[in-house]
Amino acid sequence: MAQLKLVVRENDLPPGPRPRVIGWSEVVGREGGGLVVLVVLFGALALASDSFLTSGNMANLARQWAVFGIIAIGELLVILTKGIDLSVGSVVGLTGAVAAQLLVAGFPIPLAVLCAAAAGVGIGVINGVLVAYAKLPPFIVTLGMMGAARGLVLVITDANTIQPLPDGFSAIANDTLGGVPNLFLITVVLIVITGFLLRRTVFGRYVYATGSNAESARLSGVPVPRVLVAVYAISGLLAGIGGVLLASRLGAGVPTSGESYELDAIAACVIGGASLFGAKGSALGAAAGALITSTLNNGGNLLGINSFYLQIAIGVLILLAVAFDQVQGRLQARRSP
Amino acid sequence: MTEAAGAPAGTPVGTEPIIRLTGLRKAFGGTVALDGVSLELRPGEVHCLAGENGAGKSTLIRILTGALRRDAGDYRIDGRPMPPTLGPAAARAAGIGAVYQELSLLPDLSVAENLLMGRLPARLGVVDRASLRDGAARKLARLNLDDVDPGAVVGELPTATRQLVEIARVLGDDPRVIVFDEPTTALSGEEAEALLGRIKGLRDEGVAVLYVTHRLEEMFEIGDRVTVLRDGAVTRTGAMREFTEDTLIAAMVGRTVDELYPTAGAVAEGTPLLRVRGLRPPGSAHEVDLDVRAGEIVGIAGLLGAGRSELLRAIFGADVPEAGTVEVAGKTVPTGRPRDAVRAGIGLLSEDRKELGLLPELTIRENASIASLRGIGSRGLLSRRAEAERVDEVLDGLRLRAGSYDQPVSTLSGGNQQKVLLARWLVTDVRVLLFDEPTKGVDVGAKAELYTLIGDLAARGFAIVVVSSYLPELLGLAEEIVVLRRGKVVGALPAAGATEEGLLMLASTGRSTGSDGTA
Repeated sequence: MAQLKLVVRENDLPPGPRPRVIGWSEVVGREGGGLVVLVVLFGALALASDSFLTSGNMANLARQWAVFGIIAIGELLVILTKGIDLSVGSVVGLTGAVAAQLLVAGFPIPLAVLCAAAAGVGIGVINGVLVAYAKLPPFIVTLGMMGAARGLVLVITDANTIQPLPDGFSAIANDTLGGVPNLFLITVVLIVITGFLLRRTVFGRYVYATGSNAESARLSGVPVPRVLVAVYAISGLLAGIGGVLLASRLGAGVPTSGESYELDAIAACVIGGASLFGAKGSALGAAAGALITSTLNNGGNLLGINSFYLQIAIGVLILLAVAFDQVQGRLQARRSP
Repeated sequence: MTEAAGAPAGTPVGTEPIIRLTGLRKAFGGTVALDGVSLELRPGEVHCLAGENGAGKSTLIRILTGALRRDAGDYRIDGRPMPPTLGPAAARAAGIGAVYQELSLLPDLSVAENLLMGRLPARLGVVDRASLRDGAARKLARLNLDDVDPGAVVGELPTATRQLVEIARVLGDDPRVIVFDEPTTALSGEEAEALLGRIKGLRDEGVAVLYVTHRLEEMFEIGDRVTVLRDGAVTRTGAMREFTEDTLIAAMVGRTVDELYPTAGAVAEGTPLLRVRGLRPPGSAHEVDLDVRAGEIVGIAGLLGAGRSELLRAIFGADVPEAGTVEVAGKTVPTGRPRDAVRAGIGLLSEDRKELGLLPELTIRENASIASLRGIGSRGLLSRRAEAERVDEVLDGLRLRAGSYDQPVSTLSGGNQQKVLLARWLVTDVRVLLFDEPTKGVDVGAKAELYTLIGDLAARGFAIVVVSSYLPELLGLAEEIVVLRRGKVVGALPAAGATEEGLLMLASTGRSTGSDGTA
């Protein structure tokens, strides 16, 4: 994305294809489009509301965004392989409840957190095995898991909120480090790790290859089933981390927490430039997508806009993002031979 | 039938052609697919269309059925000129139906629904089941298909029956001309025989049939007249009985192998690099042995559906073979997993680049490196610089024409895409390369380049297997040619002495000498 050479002249080329005009959209990409929306949104809200850019509200926004951002990057991995993970919302609820139950039972905090994260990975692995080896459609597998995991939460909590939790646990999400909320820092670290995983590792390239054309990838020696299990496991892990952080922030294990988060995560990925047809999207884009929706909600509250209208706005944004992608794809198709 | 004086041989008396095409011309970009082709189809006659792959048969059929526009030439139905803009619906309305090799039925719907699709009998939008069944039964009865249940789901029927349902559907429009495009490819001998019987029945009812096939014996069995296409032009047209298998093949081929092909290099002596023993691809009844030495190019010839691609896929492990072993340099390769084959040093360039090769969203460089990332990366990390160093050299060496290796691979032409896929294997330590129709969809200039590349690779010590339907290509490239027929090796001969005629004869009849093909 770094090269800004706009036009390759015909003379520079060996005989063959026509000169390629590299347009704005190709340079910034669709994630770039998301970043532009974000900048515009921040500017407009800063002008419209005096309290938007205050440090208090920024910290607030960062906390609202954190859990969504973490789940969105996990969802992104699955979407890159042409799959979908509808179970992340239920995993958030389940892992939060598991951590809370163990803490109430007297387990040390690190052990409780580890067990909760392991539960997230476990559910992801089950999803992945069913998709990769039993060859079931990801939508159905994770739809089933969404229901099953939510039911499990209600069983183990008896549908009651689990509290009080130890102060040390609440501190994970609510403390700050040098004035920056922990939640924000944790989220940024996870985004960087995921971005690195996707861009700079063999595994990351395999993820894109699998989403681009699984059969071609298999015939090139890519271990497609293992890649699939891994992406669902990572999605489960990130949703598990999100669930623990949410429970920590609320200071309680709430059995209904995380409901409909899977749709928010998918929306964040799409707004951030991911294609549900696979192989297109980035961790930064998904995180930016999550930030856009969080900012809309935050700004809306500040301006006293009815939240129902905000839902409409986010819906329209998803449609615009996809329409933009379609138009761009068509333009590209027209330009290439 | 008696012949009237002056009428072309084989013409039934007093029948005006339903379709008359004159001076048909069609070009795709710079490639001329049809050049001055003329064809007449008469009622009550089966007219065969013969020619090698790429001779222009499909283009001719598609113009006939309105799927393609002609560039020039005259198209008359019953003497009425048809506009160049003639579309499929208009062609159907004029009485032209076509049964293609790839069936156009909807597999999840019932026979009746398929037969009446587009005109489903309905009251207020609700399908009228009784008249649906009756209408379908009427159509089936026309082909004496009373034993086919109109309620059966098409996808659950055997291929032969599906083919018949397809014909029943085309007949339902009451066509006066029916085009059959390789209808027996997927059928067993008996099923094909039965189908030919039905086509004869249609002919006797006065339908004009255009029959396209690779199988010579079928042409002689069913054809009244034949038109032979070669390189987009008609070389011969006349009564079927004027031809023997030999003269028909000569009319189809009649070309000299030109300078396109590289000269053969030295073939290493000793044990073969690739050794295949008793390999039985899934669904095949026959076991295949194959030896390819380092530096050797072995060609695999055979008609469509002879099991050539299936053999390559089984060697590579893309499909799990039912039996047999594959060895590379004396070591047994675990069968059934491409990953193991790649590790053992086998690479496959599949026929269907788009579905089974390219990663369209990824860049050229990423496409070329995907099979060798383990070697490029260290501990799972990927250095883009190391990737570029390793891959760009290979891409440069293949004279790939691209503005930048960072552009999506889907922006390249067919020949250049093929080079990227070749580069994918050259970056790895692969020593055995399997090419399935390497020049399919590649223009002539790029073809010559690919031939040179394949020749160079052999000279560098690769063991190469090439599957091709284009016989001059095999004769030009390979040292040895293995001929498959219905999954079975029917011959293996040195390319030096082989002729296109001989190969075609072997591939279509299983016999290597001339025959008395005229019944």
